[in-house]
Parts: sequence; C-alpha cells; structure tokens
Amino acid sequence: MHIDYQLLRFEYQRSPDQSAAQVAHHPVVVVGAGPVGLATAIDLAQSGLRVLLLDDDRCLSHGSRAICFAKRTLEIFDRLGCGDRMVEKGVTWNLGRVFHRDEPVYSFDLLPEGGHHRPAFINLQQYYVEGFLLDRARSLPNIEIRWGNKVAALDAREDGVELTVETPEGDYRILADYVVAADGARSPIRRAMGLESKGRTFRDRFLIADVRMKADFPAERWFWFDPPFHPNQSVLLHSQPDGVWRIDFQLGWDADPEEEKRPERVIPRVRALLGRDAEFELEWVSVYTFSCLRMERFRHGRVIFAGDAAHGVSPFGARGANSGIQDAENLAWKLALVLRGAAPDSLLDSYDAERVAAADENILNSTRSTDFITPKNESSRAFRDAVLELAKDCAFARRMVNSGRLSLPSTYRASPLNTPDSDVFDAPMVPGAPALDAPLGDDWLLRRLGGGFTLLHFGASAPTMPETVPAIRVVNLSTEEDAGGVAAARYDARPGTTYLLRPDQHVCARWRRFDPQDVRAALDRATGRA
Amino acid sequence: MLNTETNIAAPDEFYEALLAIHQDLTPDQARAVDARLILLLSNHIGDMAVLRQAMARARQGIEPAGHDATIAARA
Ligand SMILES: Cc1cc2nc3c(=O)[nH]c(=O)nc-3n(C[C@H](O)[C@H](O)[C@H](O)COP(=O)(O)OP(=O)(O)OC[C@H]3O[C@@H](n4cnc5c(N)ncnc54)[C@H](O)[C@@H]3O)c2cc1C
Repeated sequence: MHIDYQLLRFEYQRSPDQSAAQVAHHPVVVVGAGPVGLATAIDLAQSGLRVLLLDDDRCLSHGSRAICFAKRTLEIFDRLGCGDRMVEKGVTWNLGRVFHRDEPVYSFDLLPEGGHHRPAFINLQQYYVEGFLLDRARSLPNIEIRWGNKVAALDAREDGVELTVETPEGDYRILADYVVAADGARSPIRRAMGLESKGRTFRDRFLIADVRMKADFPAERWFWFDPPFHPNQSVLLHSQPDGVWRIDFQLGWDADPEEEKRPERVIPRVRALLGRDAEFELEWVSVYTFSCLRMERFRHGRVIFAGDAAHGVSPFGARGANSGIQDAENLAWKLALVLRGAAPDSLLDSYDAERVAAADENILNSTRSTDFITPKNESSRAFRDAVLELAKDCAFARRMVNSGRLSLPSTYRASPLNTPDSDVFDAPMVPGAPALDAPLGDDWLLRRLGGGFTLLHFGASAPTMPETVPAIRVVNLSTEEDAGGVAAARYDARPGTTYLLRPDQHVCARWRRFDPQDVRAALDRATGRA
Repeated sequence: MLNTETNIAAPDEFYEALLAIHQDLTPDQARAVDARLILLLSNHIGDMAVLRQAMARARQGIEPAGHDATIAARA
C-alpha cells in the first residue's frame, strides 16, 4: 500500500498529564519529531527507557529537504530496526560525476570496495525517512508521542527541567530528568535559554526544483560547474524514488527568491537542462541560502541539543540529517546508562566533546566545499577554474575538485572514553573509529554486534568472561565464520585480537590478546567511571 | 624547508619564459595562467610544510584591504 507520508495528519490527544494534580515526571523528554528526535526516541526506547516525544506540529516534513542518507546512517537505522525499509524504498547509488561546462572531468566511487551490507548512499525523501522512523517508534510501547504539543518555556534546574507545553487546549507543565532538544535549526529551546548558534552565512542562493518525470539518467550524483544550460553557476542532479528528480540550481546572491520560485521562471531552467521536449511536472520548488554554524556547547546541564538545533551546514555533502542521526546515537546510550544509574552524569560531557568535534569536522568540510562551489572573490574563482581545467588531464587536480565531500562518520580520536592502544595495529580501526562492516557468510558483522557494549574476539572460541567483568555481549569470529578473511583484514586481526565496541559501534579499546582486567578497565573508562 | 637560495641554473632564462607565457593576455587570462601554474608547481613540490612556508613568504608585508563575502551568522 502506498502511503503519502506528506499528507499524514496526526491527532492531537489530551494526555492525563494535562489534568494531573501534581506535575507529571518523565525520565526523558525529546522535543521535536524530526529525524533526529525520532531516532533518539527509538534508541532510548530500545534500551528500555520510557520516552516522551513532543512535537508542535501534526505532520511530517514536507517538500524538499534531505534526500541523501549515508552508509553509516543506514547502519544506525539497521540497529534501530528500520534499515531494510529505507534501503528498499530508497534509490541506491555509489557514483558521483562532475562536469565542467559540457565535459566530464571527474567521477568518484564512494564505496570502491565490496563486502559492505549497505551502499555508500541512498536517496530517499525526508518524509519517507521520518515516516519509517515514526512507524518504528509507534511499534515501541514505551514511546509516547504527543502531536500539537509545543514547548513554550522551560526552567532548567539542578534537579530537573520543568517544561511548559502549549496545546490547543491550553498549557500544562511536566518535569523531566533530561531534555533532548531536537527542535530544529530555529530551536525555540535554544532561544528560550538565551543561547546562540554562531557561524557564517554564505552569500549565495540556490533553487531546488523537484520534478516528476520519466528519465533515463542513471542513479548517480551529477554535478555541473558552469554548464552551457546554466552558465556561470553550478547545477546538481539526483534521482529520488517515485520518479522524482532533484535539481539544484545555483542562482547567486542577487537573485530574488520570490521571483525565482515562480513556475514561469523555473520551468525554462529545467527545460534548459532536460531538453525542450521534456515532459515533467514540478513537484516542489524552493529557494534557500545556508549557513555553517554551531552552538558553543551542546550540553547545558540537563538540556542536551542535537541535530540542526546544535549545528548547521550547507547541503553539499549531505551532512545535516546524517550528522544529526549520529548525534542521536551518540547521546542515546549515554543517557540510557545515566538514567539507569549505571554511569555518572559526567558521561554526558563526552557527548559534548565528541559531537562538537564531529560538528567542527562537518563544518570544515562543508565550508571548503562551499568555498569551491561559490568562490568568494576573483582569485578564488581563478583557482577554482584552474583546478577544473587542469582536471581534464592532471590526476592531482581531480582530487581538488570539490562539489561536496559527502558525509562520513567521525572518528572520535581525542575522546576521553578511548583506551589508548598499548599493542601495535595497522588497521584503521583506531579507538574512536566507527566499526567497519564485513561479510560473514549470509550475515554481516555489524548486524551481529547488537546495541550494547560488545567484545569482538577473533579466535577459535569465545573467551570466558569472569564474573568480575559486567555482562557484555561477546561476538567471536573464527576463521570459518570469517571465511573470506575480510573482517580479519579490516580489523588487522590475528588469533586473540580483541576489540571492545561501544553501544554506538565505535571502537573504544583493542588488544592483541584478551585480558579480563583490561576489558574491565576499558569498560570503566568508556562509561565515564574511570 | 623552503629553499630560497638559487636553485634555477639560468635565472634570466626562467624569468624570460615566465613573462613569455603571459604575453598578449588580458589581466584575467594572465590570472588564469598563474593559477594553473601555482597549482601545477604546488603539486610537484607536494610537501605541505614547504608549501606553507612559501605561502607565508608570498603573503608577507601585504596588509589586507579587501573583504570577505560571507556574513557572520547567529541563530
Ligand atoms: C534543501 C535541503 C537539502 C538537504 N539535504 C540533505 C541531505 O541530502 N542529507 C542530509 O543529511 N541532510 C540534508 N539536509 C538537512 C536536513 O534536512 C536537516 O539536517 C534535518 O532535517 C535536521 O533534523 P532535525 O531533527 O535536527 O530537525 P528538524 O527536521 O527541523 O525537526 C525539528 C522538529 O522539531 C519540532 N519543533 C520545533 N520547535 C518545537 C517546539 N517548541 N516544541 C515542540 N516541537 C518543536 C518541529 O516541528 C520539527 O518537527 C537538507 C536540508 C535542506 C534545507
């Protein structure tokens, strides 16, 4: 059955909290049912917590927003129980092509090696992503979603956060141990707390035309610099499900956004790309500008910011929603441990340290791409054009062509949760790195890891865990199971090699041989108890 | 280390060739040639530390009198 997730409307329902004699208490309240809030709520609920999710709206996102979802995000969606639906519906792609004027200059394969369950990217409209996350959230009995519930004020105290929630039937109050502010780029919570997200806005405007048509472009990312059909500017083309194509035209700073949105202006631009006789329908048109910015800190006591509320980047690189989903997964396990009393509150500071560093990495990449796509002065334009011209026959210049460095997960190299290596390894799986997938017969390594701390051991049989080590999952890989040796190669493993993985599947320690004392110490460190 | 001692055997010949590739060009065309040249040479050198030293020396003594076309953003 086809569901138009853009048209779904959710009922506002009165909750007993609204007439409770005493202000109702919730361990964790997530504000905002965008992709980041939904992912956070699911992750928290999967670890057994009771979660309240509030959204001021009564529908999912509509129109053109995120479309490119990266491999790591899909792996997270797998853990959240909705990866298959995303990949089935999405358009899978790995290849990007760059053109200068009418000549191809460069193409890149974002997943040059096999042996990964998930592709480099899928394209899928944000309303599907939110819809599938929502379906998953609704299947979890311990998530309560309240639509038409707008957080209007909050009082963040030492012992809890009191939220004032606005509804069609008036205001009510609730008390939360922790609040996750996933309330989007304009974050009313950020504003209410007198906080800011700071950075730079680029002087450029972009037109998005999502068009429905039958076309035989391959499922690849095509990017043109200065094409004959749109001189002096850039154009990006992407394929989406349901026969929809995203065309993103750079317009320049002087363009009038209202004027440019009119079909009389848009249709000729699209025709110039597709050809005079092309048959298409405009599905959605918008004009946007963007900023690269972030909050100074993402954690403010019991209020923790995630996703667009905490940081913003340009769309080139698809780092907005993708990085927000990584915020969600970084935060969820820590919050769950703290709320269960299994880790000190200070563990949440590591969310701040790790995700602020990740935001900086995303902003750096995004700013560099933007500086290439939108040269800020004559000399940057001269260098940009020189790179594109040289790229025709000079390999080095192709590597400098920057039409967006597409989202990759961050490695938390400097994380306080890492146990530094004491043994010698030459695999890239350093402490802080997200675990790499590998094929295991019909199964995949990441699917085997689960969602708690996991000990990944390479050897004939699993080591026995003494009772002094808290119960954690052990995944043993024998050479029979890792028949192709891909996992062993990716993890530079020999018999006895042991990795400790966090619930978000990032490495926190690794050794050449299993020693329960080491594991215990590393676990303490990774849970903020050392 | 950036080598600032004489490294080109025939300096006059080099200088003449450098001017020759700019002959009859408009300022924009000349800038395009320079940009390509800088990129080609930089890649040939490859060593980031040397490149940074060269960039710093090139920039030395020039006080910025232009402006950046981005806007400080707050949200
Ligand atoms: C043109 C464009 C293209 C993009 N392409 C990509 C891409 O390809 N890949 C990618 O990864 N990202 C992309 N992005 C970015 C992506 O859309 C965002 O990063 C993403 O939506 C952020 O999710 P979020 O959950 O943090 O915030 P949002 O999606 O903005 O969700 C915030 C939610 O909070 C709710 N809310 C707000 N205030 C309150 C309140 N007071 N009380 C209760 N609820 C509240 C809102 O109703 C909303 O539902 C793109 C963005 C644009 C504009």
